[in-house]
Amino acid sequence: MRLYLTEGNPHCLKVVAAVELTGTRCELQFVGVEERVVPFLSHSKLPCLQLDSGNYLFSTNAICQYLFTLRGKEPSDLTNQWLEWEATELQTALSGALYTAVVQGKKEEAAGTLQKKWTYIDQSLTRRSFPYLAADAITVADIVLWGALYPLLSDSAFLLGDLKALRGWFERVCAVAACRKAVESILKGKGLQGLKPYLQKQPAPSQRAETPTSNEPEGGESADRVLTEEEIRAAADSWSKGLSGWPKPKLIQHPVLPQPNEKNVLITSALPYVNNVPHLGNIIGCVLSADVFARFCRLRNWSTLFVCGTDEYGTATETKALEEGLSPQQICDKYHAVHAQIYQWFGISFDHFGRTTTQRQREISQDIFRRLLERDFLLQDTVEQLRCESCQKFLADRFVEGFCPFCNYEEARGDQCDKCGKLINATELKNPQCKICKGTPVVKSSKHLFLDLPKLESRLVKWLEDSMVSGNWTPNARFIARSWIRDGLKPRCITRDLKWGIPVPLEEFKDKVFYVWFDAPIGYLSITANYTDQWERWWKNPEQVQLYNFMAKDNVPFHSVVFPCSLLGAEDNYTLVNHLIATEYLNYEDGKFSKSRGVGVFGDMAKETGIPADIWRFYLLFIRPEGQDSSFSWSDLLLKNNSELLNNLGNFINRAGMFVCKFFEGRVPEMELHDDDKRLLAQATWELRQYLQLLEKVRIRDALKCILNISRHGNQYIQANEPWKRIKGTDADRKRAGTVTGVAVNVACLLSVMLQPYMPSVSASIQEQLLAPAQCNVLADEFVCILPGGHKIGTVSPLFQKLETDEVESWRKRFGGQQPEEGSADQSKTEAKPTAEAKAAAPVAEDAGKGADPQRAKQLAEEVTKQGEVVRELKAQKAEKAVIGAEVTKLLELKKQLVLAEGKTAEAPAQKGKKKK
Amino acid sequence: MSDKVMQELLSLEKCLGLKRTNKFSTQGDKKVPILQANNGPSLMGLTAIAAHLVQEAQQKQLLGRTAEEKAIMQQWLEYRVTQIDGHRGKDETRTILKDLNHYLEDKVYLAGNNFTLADILVYYGLHPIMTELAVQEKEKYVNVSRWFDHIQNYPGIRQHLPPVVMMKNRLYTSGH
Repeated sequence: MRLYLTEGNPHCLKVVAAVELTGTRCELQFVGVEERVVPFLSHSKLPCLQLDSGNYLFSTNAICQYLFTLRGKEPSDLTNQWLEWEATELQTALSGALYTAVVQGKKEEAAGTLQKKWTYIDQSLTRRSFPYLAADAITVADIVLWGALYPLLSDSAFLLGDLKALRGWFERVCAVAACRKAVESILKGKGLQGLKPYLQKQPAPSQRAETPTSNEPEGGESADRVLTEEEIRAAADSWSKGLSGWPKPKLIQHPVLPQPNEKNVLITSALPYVNNVPHLGNIIGCVLSADVFARFCRLRNWSTLFVCGTDEYGTATETKALEEGLSPQQICDKYHAVHAQIYQWFGISFDHFGRTTTQRQREISQDIFRRLLERDFLLQDTVEQLRCESCQKFLADRFVEGFCPFCNYEEARGDQCDKCGKLINATELKNPQCKICKGTPVVKSSKHLFLDLPKLESRLVKWLEDSMVSGNWTPNARFIARSWIRDGLKPRCITRDLKWGIPVPLEEFKDKVFYVWFDAPIGYLSITANYTDQWERWWKNPEQVQLYNFMAKDNVPFHSVVFPCSLLGAEDNYTLVNHLIATEYLNYEDGKFSKSRGVGVFGDMAKETGIPADIWRFYLLFIRPEGQDSSFSWSDLLLKNNSELLNNLGNFINRAGMFVCKFFEGRVPEMELHDDDKRLLAQATWELRQYLQLLEKVRIRDALKCILNISRHGNQYIQANEPWKRIKGTDADRKRAGTVTGVAVNVACLLSVMLQPYMPSVSASIQEQLLAPAQCNVLADEFVCILPGGHKIGTVSPLFQKLETDEVESWRKRFGGQQPEEGSADQSKTEAKPTAEAKAAAPVAEDAGKGADPQRAKQLAEEVTKQGEVVRELKAQKAEKAVIGAEVTKLLELKKQLVLAEGKTAEAPAQKGKKKK
Repeated sequence: MSDKVMQELLSLEKCLGLKRTNKFSTQGDKKVPILQANNGPSLMGLTAIAAHLVQEAQQKQLLGRTAEEKAIMQQWLEYRVTQIDGHRGKDETRTILKDLNHYLEDKVYLAGNNFTLADILVYYGLHPIMTELAVQEKEKYVNVSRWFDHIQNYPGIRQHLPPVVMMKNRLYTSGH
């Protein structure tokens, strides 16, 4: 027989491995990618096997199985199942992922799409506890799956994280000589890139439409999941154990300290900058997400410390102080209190909410600085800076204003232009002006210190790879960290010519302070030090402590690259981040939150709506920008409140409690479990386990879905068993009504525990209504009967209130967020900002007319139209977000030029650009 | 959709002469069938379950008699669940019919001279496509039509599906 192959074709791997492994004698012939070998197929299908009879096998799995059959290894149910799964489920996902990873070069994105498949294989391996997929020894299933997975799994971008079983299996099969040979002959040592010529010739796999923002949770497999008899039996067994053997909730005694031989979890939330009131996006991005996780860890009886605080040093504070006529310290005191109040209202359970303007902060920062200096990780260089001679100071960042060198906007700040958004070096400003005395500054050089990141790079890379393999980094965090390293690290300035900061402890730098980014993350340490003298047991204890950092994605570089470099360079056995959890952005009604425009809901306003904090928490967590951007929308808030909370969760819990009160005088009836009841227990147990797994991986939004699934099952269960009718029937009927009510009220009690991380006050009121024993507040992977027959419950009342449309509509009006203007509909979010900011910038340049140029305008108008089409086309093709973003930026730039060329001011370019067409 | 695959498995059980003791269900968006075994783990996927049922009915010959026949049989089972079930739009349907027509030119059954499980499952899978075909198209894919008609008249195979009418005499002489 003769096997036709093509180089760099991933489908050839398994076939060659099967030939080698079975020792089949067969002729190998390499042909071109598009060669049609199988006479009856219209498209080229390779590899294929020509049998001696003249027949062809064109299915790679059939070829592999055939080679095994020739050796007397017949298929089994299990190998058949794997081969079918590979052909129907895995290959569809893989072809998309390979295309994305190799042809489009987006490995991270590709890796994300395969997570579910990895998990499926891993779980199957774990469940059967064979070293191989279908038996104790290697079978055709292993060769087929290995061949499919090899190109991706052998690439370092595809990490398996904690999927130990899959990783072990993959390494085992890779070590087989036949497989090594197959890799050599097909990939020729080129790895994933070796597939590129082949993949480029394949048609692009059709990918499922991806919307840029989505508030709907993904997937819905749990709905028709099949329960095995075994699962059902096990659930009923667990239930009958009751609370007797249940672990006791750990009493929290401050200061919480790590315990040997226990799981110790240290959680930080990015420090909010003190001079702003946080908006909902800030709240969900770090503090609220971290809070859910901290509460979850406590429910699991892990030693948990959750710290946060305000970041107070830096030029923005000084500027704000000037504006409000207060001292920087007064500004900090004022806003620190504002922050603390907001978080308290939202029920954020910090163990300590501190600040960075403390003595501890100074000590620890200076200590790390000295250690870096001693170890020669700091460089000195001179920087050209603006200095105001009359004020006797260097004008850092925001203390200077002038004309933007790019767009001529005349109130550009020293670090950035508000109009065109470009980053500026203060020395490039035209007509610079000191913000304090309005005098003209001069350029002077000033000495500064730099952290030598290139020197620390090799240590950083090694640590980063380890941390990403063993820890739980969100895909965006991995991606951002890797791209920083890929783009090359440069020394970073760590000092500033300012007063409001931590002084640099060196004589020749005595007028300088640390740049905020250097000392702000040290805040985590100093805030802990202000909480307990034994802070080093948390922060210099990487062996015992698992550190989780929560933040929005813009903070990733500092937490994954810059700060770890400081700590690595200081060489003091610091605890470095193990799990970096970064969210995407939350938009407001499909635009951006903007303080200056009064658009969006800010922390202090949420309270004024009268909507309870727990409802805010629920909705923000339900739309948590996990994996992709999402939007806050008033009408969606109403919908989720009324459908998920009121009609689903609240309805179930309330009914269960009401039945106990109305039909059984407030005492939980005796229960005798039937199949239906056991099935519900098994369903709830399965969801509970999903919930635990998801939360351990900090998939907060997905885990919330499990809670809602349980109450959905519960509602169906009540509906199907109709206890309100049965209570009026025969003795047997009444007994049945009792069992159903008892089971339902216990499910409600389980829900109260699972709900606690998300909605702490609602959880507490459920437990109060049910008079649930405090001992139930521990999460484990079993669902036991918490409220036994005879248990007396309290007064039951509704948990949630309906939100009305006009109520919500009035808030929507009040908090801005009007519908995007017609015309900006097909332009991305980036548009919203410059447009609006331009409006906010009231003064209109008097000489705006000067730039008018009809010829140029005409040309630009055409370009705008053309570019608009490019953008629309990309969107229609569902192109990559970054690609679209780049084209949109071009479009905006063109429109801006057009407006100028038309001799108008840059006001509202979106509208004008539209009319021009 | 789920009804369809369940129906298909129930029909297969019947034509294999099995008593109705197996429990089937489906899973996920794609409605992948599951066989819930009384003892032992459950089995997932149409072809894996079908092969299992054939074994249970002790009709192993339906899985192929020789290594080669077995491999070809398996290849068409896979073709059924990947190509026929996965087809999108008219063009892909046409390619499937064209290729099958070419393949069946010199064959009685999919695996050659013997009737196998592949004939049953490909027949079930093609049924909705064949029902939709115009008379002219049925003539165009004459080998597929001949094979299809043969299988639907095979004892016990058609079960739940309505027969697709095939003309015995050619209407269009110009052919391809």
